[in-house]
Amino acid sequence: MTVGKDLVAASATPLVLSILAGGESYGYAILKRVEELSEGRLRWTDGMLYPVLHRLERLGQIEGRWGKSRVGRKRKYYRITERGRRQLAALRRQWEIVNDTLREVWVLPRESGCEA
Amino acid sequence: MGAEGSARRELEERIGLWRSYVGGRDAMRQGDVDELEDHLRNEIAELSASGLAPDEAFLVAVKRLGELDDLTREFAREHSDRLWKQLVEPSAAGPDSGARSRMEPAVVIGLAAAAALAFKVPSFLGLRLSDDSDETVGFYMRNMSLFVLPCLFAYFGWKRRFGARQWAFAGIAFATAGTLVNTYPFVNEGQTQILAILHLPIFLWFVVGVGYTGANWRSNAHWMHFVRFTGELFIYFVLIALGGGVLTGFTLMMFQSIGLDAEWLAQDWIVPCGALGAVIVGAWLVEAKQSVIENMAPVLTRLFTPLFTVVLLAFIVTMAWTGSAIDVGRGVLIAFDLLLVLVLGLLLYSVSARDPRARPGYFDVLQLVLVVSALLVDLMALAAISSRITEFGFSANKTAALGENLVLLINLSWSAWLYFRFLRGRGPFAALERWQTAYLPVYAVWAWIVFAAFPLVFDFA
Repeated sequence: MTVGKDLVAASATPLVLSILAGGESYGYAILKRVEELSEGRLRWTDGMLYPVLHRLERLGQIEGRWGKSRVGRKRKYYRITERGRRQLAALRRQWEIVNDTLREVWVLPRESGCEA
Repeated sequence: MGAEGSARRELEERIGLWRSYVGGRDAMRQGDVDELEDHLRNEIAELSASGLAPDEAFLVAVKRLGELDDLTREFAREHSDRLWKQLVEPSAAGPDSGARSRMEPAVVIGLAAAAALAFKVPSFLGLRLSDDSDETVGFYMRNMSLFVLPCLFAYFGWKRRFGARQWAFAGIAFATAGTLVNTYPFVNEGQTQILAILHLPIFLWFVVGVGYTGANWRSNAHWMHFVRFTGELFIYFVLIALGGGVLTGFTLMMFQSIGLDAEWLAQDWIVPCGALGAVIVGAWLVEAKQSVIENMAPVLTRLFTPLFTVVLLAFIVTMAWTGSAIDVGRGVLIAFDLLLVLVLGLLLYSVSARDPRARPGYFDVLQLVLVVSALLVDLMALAAISSRITEFGFSANKTAALGENLVLLINLSWSAWLYFRFLRGRGPFAALERWQTAYLPVYAVWAWIVFAAFPLVFDFA
């Protein structure tokens, strides 16, 4: 079972920020990490990660720099900024609200329905 | 080992093709492509490690990257500003653009300053333009192109790394022209001096063209690029001049508000130095942006070709209807020369912007109608003028105007013929292009004759 498109898009920002909060990384490694964490159930179209990274960079939540890979190829590394950490904290609270609400609903299905 | 090597080469080739394909999208920058390439290579490496052949790995990796159209759309959404092409190209090109291109703005500013300085040196030596005497005004008018065009040549020389031969050519061309117009004992406000002032820049512009085309000065295509460059530079120059006008206006206004008259500053410094510097800066902008911005000259040509055609046709019809002949007064010959120059310009710029392989279209018919009607009008004017010349004899002005008319008439007649053949499907469009570029030296030779030989023939009058 894979996750639908809208949800993937919505979770992209918190995921990227969370992964970068654990240390500097680059596009391909971020994708691999997502795949690993979700055990392959959260699958992005690879290229779509980059516009997300660029948006976060523009918003000042992450910083990019050009470096070299181990074989000496150009590679762009990203790391989270202070602003990014604050944003991540805010996003985290929002997701927790969504998460808690859904849990409540799903744990007590009877009470959530209308009492006809 | 050999098979593996060739497979790797093939993979590199594929990645190269993929790069140029992706890089062709407006929303994608060099850096984006680098980043995506790094991703692609990582994916390929991992897929290969799990047993796929390189070409299979490449296909899968590209597929996983996503549909290019979708990807481009996402990039365009994030970087919508990129669809508006922007000026600061060199720095955006990435970290590996050379030291030369980083030095270019400094060279351009240096040469622009040199042109401005060349203009100011005579005034430091006592030839003040504000004196307003006929001699000094004449001196500045004669030398205006000599202040700036050598600097423009030097810019191309620096850019295209000229050898000693090319520098020597330019040195000789500029020095002889400069010596001639400054040693001739022109009569003040005489015709030959005005003709020299008008024709020297035309000749020197051709010399600049030799600099522009550089090592490819025999190539028709490169002279066509020079024609395009000329049109774009003109447009940039006008735009810079508009900005300069605003700057001058503000300068005057602000200093006036504190009771100071800054007119001398505007007249002696801002306007002339700005105009000369604008030529160099404009040239640099055209060079830097030739691939970045839609060329304007062909767009304007498209707009005005139909309008001029209508005006010329209306003129011919009116003349036939009323039966009135062209009144040959002073300056009429020059007016018709200018008409031909204009039509030639319209022709030249639509030729320069046209895909030579495209089939004849309605615009080509329109172009031919324009050329033919201009030729008709000009023939009528010529008939009127030649009767006047037989009556009053030759003067420098009339001879120059007549010669120009002839030079343009030959070009346009042959162009009309080539256009006609092209429309009938009997000749390629490229013939017209070749004819136009091959004709460029004729203008230079004629201009040289007018500024170098006419004063001698007509006794500097």
